[in-house]
Amino acid sequence: MENAAQYSLEDGSQHGEAQGPRLVLSGTLTLAAIAPFERALRGVTGPIAVIDLAQVDEMDTVGAWVVCRLAREHDAEITGASEAAERLLGAVRGIDAGSGIRAPRLPVFKRVPVELGEKVFAARSGLYGVVGFFGQILIGGASLIRHPSRFPGRALVHQMELVGVTALPIIGLMSFLIGIVIAQQGSVQLQQFGAESLTVNLVGRITLRELGVLMTAIMVAGRSGSAFAAQLGTMKLTEEIDAMRTIGISPIEVLVIPRILAATFMMVLLGFYASVMAIVGGAVVGDLTLGIPFWTFLERIHDVVPEYDLWVGLIKAPVFGLIVALAGCYNGLQVRGNSEEVGRRTTMAVVSAIFAVIVIDAFFAVFFTEIGWG
Amino acid sequence: MADDHDAPEPAIVVEGLANRFGDFSVHEGLDLTVRRGEILGVVGGSGSGKSVLMRSIIGLQRPSEGRIEVLGETIRDSDPDNIYGVRSRWGVLFQGGALFSTLTVGENVEVPLKKFYPDLDARLRAEIARYKVILSGLPESAVAKFPSELSGGMKKRAGLARALSLDPELLFLDEPTAGLDPIGAAKFDRLTRELKETLGLTVFLITHDLDTLYEICDRVAVIADKKIIAVGTIPELIATGHPWIEEYFNGPRGRAAQASHDRNQAQSGTAQTTGASAGKGG
Repeated sequence: MENAAQYSLEDGSQHGEAQGPRLVLSGTLTLAAIAPFERALRGVTGPIAVIDLAQVDEMDTVGAWVVCRLAREHDAEITGASEAAERLLGAVRGIDAGSGIRAPRLPVFKRVPVELGEKVFAARSGLYGVVGFFGQILIGGASLIRHPSRFPGRALVHQMELVGVTALPIIGLMSFLIGIVIAQQGSVQLQQFGAESLTVNLVGRITLRELGVLMTAIMVAGRSGSAFAAQLGTMKLTEEIDAMRTIGISPIEVLVIPRILAATFMMVLLGFYASVMAIVGGAVVGDLTLGIPFWTFLERIHDVVPEYDLWVGLIKAPVFGLIVALAGCYNGLQVRGNSEEVGRRTTMAVVSAIFAVIVIDAFFAVFFTEIGWG
Repeated sequence: MADDHDAPEPAIVVEGLANRFGDFSVHEGLDLTVRRGEILGVVGGSGSGKSVLMRSIIGLQRPSEGRIEVLGETIRDSDPDNIYGVRSRWGVLFQGGALFSTLTVGENVEVPLKKFYPDLDARLRAEIARYKVILSGLPESAVAKFPSELSGGMKKRAGLARALSLDPELLFLDEPTAGLDPIGAAKFDRLTRELKETLGLTVFLITHDLDTLYEICDRVAVIADKKIIAVGTIPELIATGHPWIEEYFNGPRGRAAQASHDRNQAQSGTAQTTGASAGKGG
């Protein structure tokens, strides 16, 4: 086993000429052994004129650093260093202890307003950005109309498959279960008024007007909006998008427009499909617990749900799809710098899409009621 | 020195190494010995398995066959505590620096110190991290910066600082000069050489950079045909007459690197540093 690092303080008189107090270090001055020694060294007070390293067996840069620091604090001279030790000392000698290694942090009372201000400015430039992006898409769309041969048909079909067809199982299951929950919970409440036959109205109207489309939009935001952001963000990082630009291909035309069109169009179909599945779910509950036969439930839907409820849902659906796709593509193209940003932007795409969808849904609710489609 | 044996034991011994991925084999019967205190350059064509070799040696890739010994410890079937012990004696610089993105450069360097020496005083630990960063050739202002604020070359230096944080005996460098401008690359080479001489390091260096090979490597190992086909100084390698080695060192780039090396030698006037006296003795 190596010798533990030790020190002893001599007054220096026994070395002939009076040099003043002399700190003699011995043993192993390496990282593995330095911790207790360094603590002990801090107990050394009083002046030290010379630090003697002649009895040190082994030293690494950490040992050299501790010796150098001690020498600087006490304005002492280092003697007895071997050639290798001298080299180590030389390497660390010019470096001062300096300030910390943490990133500077403002105090809380400053940091909070600063961050709030930054958020406000970011929100403003984000809004400008989205409007500008929407403008770019319109320009891209216009140039595609003028040159229909450039239309990315294959990409559009591919995206429609990804956004729409592959989403059918999950959205169908989700809507079916939502229909079951609404019918079951609604009937329990309506029973108190002896009005459980109104469960049909409840299920039919709420799914066609609101929940079918809204839940589908949330699901599409989670499935496809996030995928758009992550795909485009990664393409941005790997400079694929820059490469397209240099070749003269517009990323808006090739990447963004197919995604936006696919999401907008497929949202209409998916929203309708979700409403149908929810009604089927409600009818199953009606059949099993309310004593309303399955087909009777569906026929009653036809009688009690006004046609405009269907239109309310179908008008909202493409708007929601557009919002989800815009948020996904915009955030994807905003990725800059590193891969961490892709994750951040993907999260942002989903959160902002769902938030915007719900806000706009509230406006739609007021609007449709005002025009008499209540 | 703690490891003063009669015959200096080699830093790395690889025997009969085989790495296979399904039907595809990268190494078959590969042997390599890295001596203490040398800078060994490893060269080979793209896809010849240089990085896989390094990953096998540091225990990130479990080889299909073969024996690997690093600093006297068997890597492959060694019990986890021993590998743990070896880990505190080596440092690894990955190609892109592989810095932890949520920590500042200084905190990155602190991570191995915290892991292996938890009883170290926090102030001393921060000081060690700081001087390591500066020793690696970064400006003081970089210590408290996040990796995302650094350029590629600075990230490599910061990665080097982290690799050096435990004062390792053995340093693995994976293409340290790739992607650096010639000035930065030359500085990095000089830094590697200086660190090797000051700290008595053994360096395992994967590179494509012919200047690096000429300037700082004591020996060069060539990977081709799934094994090490030759190890030695560059003149020794050229003397083997292997066509790939011939093409590698006598191609236009190889000749340019050699010419610049000869020029540097003539200018400095001093003979090549021996490197033999480098050690941790005190």
